[in-house]
Amino acid sequence: MIELNEDQIVRYSRHILLQDVGVEGQEKIMNASVLVVGAGGLGAPVSLYLAAAGIGRIGLIDADVVDLSNLQRQVIHFTKDVGRPKVESAAEKIRAINPDVKVETYQDFLWSGNALEIISKYDFIVDGTDNFPVKFLINDACVMAGKPFSHGGILRFNGQTFTHVPGSACYRCLFKEPPPVGAVPTCSQAGVLGAIAGMLGTIQAAEVLKYFTGVGELLTNKLLTFDAKTMNFKTFNVKKGEKCPICGKNPTIDKLIDYEQAACDLKKH
Amino acid sequence: MAKITVNGESKEVRDGITLKALIEESGVLQPDMVSVQLNEQFAEREEWDRTVIKEGDSIDFLYFMGGGAA
Ligand SMILES: [Zn+2]
Repeated sequence: MIELNEDQIVRYSRHILLQDVGVEGQEKIMNASVLVVGAGGLGAPVSLYLAAAGIGRIGLIDADVVDLSNLQRQVIHFTKDVGRPKVESAAEKIRAINPDVKVETYQDFLWSGNALEIISKYDFIVDGTDNFPVKFLINDACVMAGKPFSHGGILRFNGQTFTHVPGSACYRCLFKEPPPVGAVPTCSQAGVLGAIAGMLGTIQAAEVLKYFTGVGELLTNKLLTFDAKTMNFKTFNVKKGEKCPICGKNPTIDKLIDYEQAACDLKKH
Repeated sequence: MAKITVNGESKEVRDGITLKALIEESGVLQPDMVSVQLNEQFAEREEWDRTVIKEGDSIDFLYFMGGGAA
C-alpha cells in the first residue's frame, strides 16, 4: 500500500473528508490502474478526473492526432496541440495535473491482435471510443479476460453508459451485435453537443472511482441514458442474457472479432 | 386490452399484439438503430413478429450510440 505524504494529504483532502472514501479509499485509488480507450471526447474528461483523483497508473490508447475539429469537446487537448498525437497531448496534461500518476501511452488502434495483451495490464477499462467495432471488441476482450469496464456512447444531445463487472450484463446482452454498417451515425457524421462528452465522461469517471473505493452501487445491470434537450435521465434495468453470444450459457464467440467500420468513419482515422 | 410498460411509461395495448406491431405503432423510425428489451432481456429481431405481448410485460427501446472519441 501507498503511505500518503503531507502534500498528498492536502491534495486529496476533499476525498479524505468523505466518510465513504477516507484515507483508505484514497489509497485504493492510488493503487489502481485504468486503461482509457480513446483520448477524445469521453477519454478527455475521464482522464482528467482520474488523474486529478490520483489513479496510480493510467494507460491511454489512441492512434489519432489532434484535429482542430476535436477542440470543441476534447478538453484535454489545446489549440497548440493540433497535429500532435492525442496520447502525447493527453499524457502531458495528466502529468501537469498530477505528477503522482504514472501515464502509459499507446499510439495505436485497439484491435483483436493487441486487445487482450493491453487490457491484461490494467484493473479497469474505460470505453471512450467513437465506433462500434471497438466498443464490441472492448466488451468481448473484457468479458474474456474477466475485467470490469465502463461503456460510454454519445450522439447529438444524448448519452448512454453502463458498468460491467464479471458476471453482470455485458454490451452484447443489450446490443447483440453492431448495427448494420452505416445505419447508425457516429459523432463525426452526426455531430454532438460538446458538453455532452463532459456529462457522460464524468459519469464514467465517477463509476471508476466508485468501483475502486467500493462506494455505493455501480451501474451494473442498468443502462443509464440521458437526453440533454430535456435533461431527462432514465435508467433501464437489464439482465445478463442467457442467450448472450459471449457471456450467456452457450457462448458462440470464442475469439475477438474485428468488425468492419463504416467507410465514412474510416476516412477520419 | 393489456396493460404494459413501454420505456418506463404505462400503456394499454390490444390483446394479441406482437412485439413487431408494437414497435411499428410506437413510432420507432429506424428499427435498425434499436435494440428491444422484453422484460429486461434482449429480444431477438427475428422473433419480433412471433412474440405476443402479454399483460404486465415491460418493453424498452434502447438506441445505439456509437460516439465518443473522434
Ligand atoms: Zn452478455
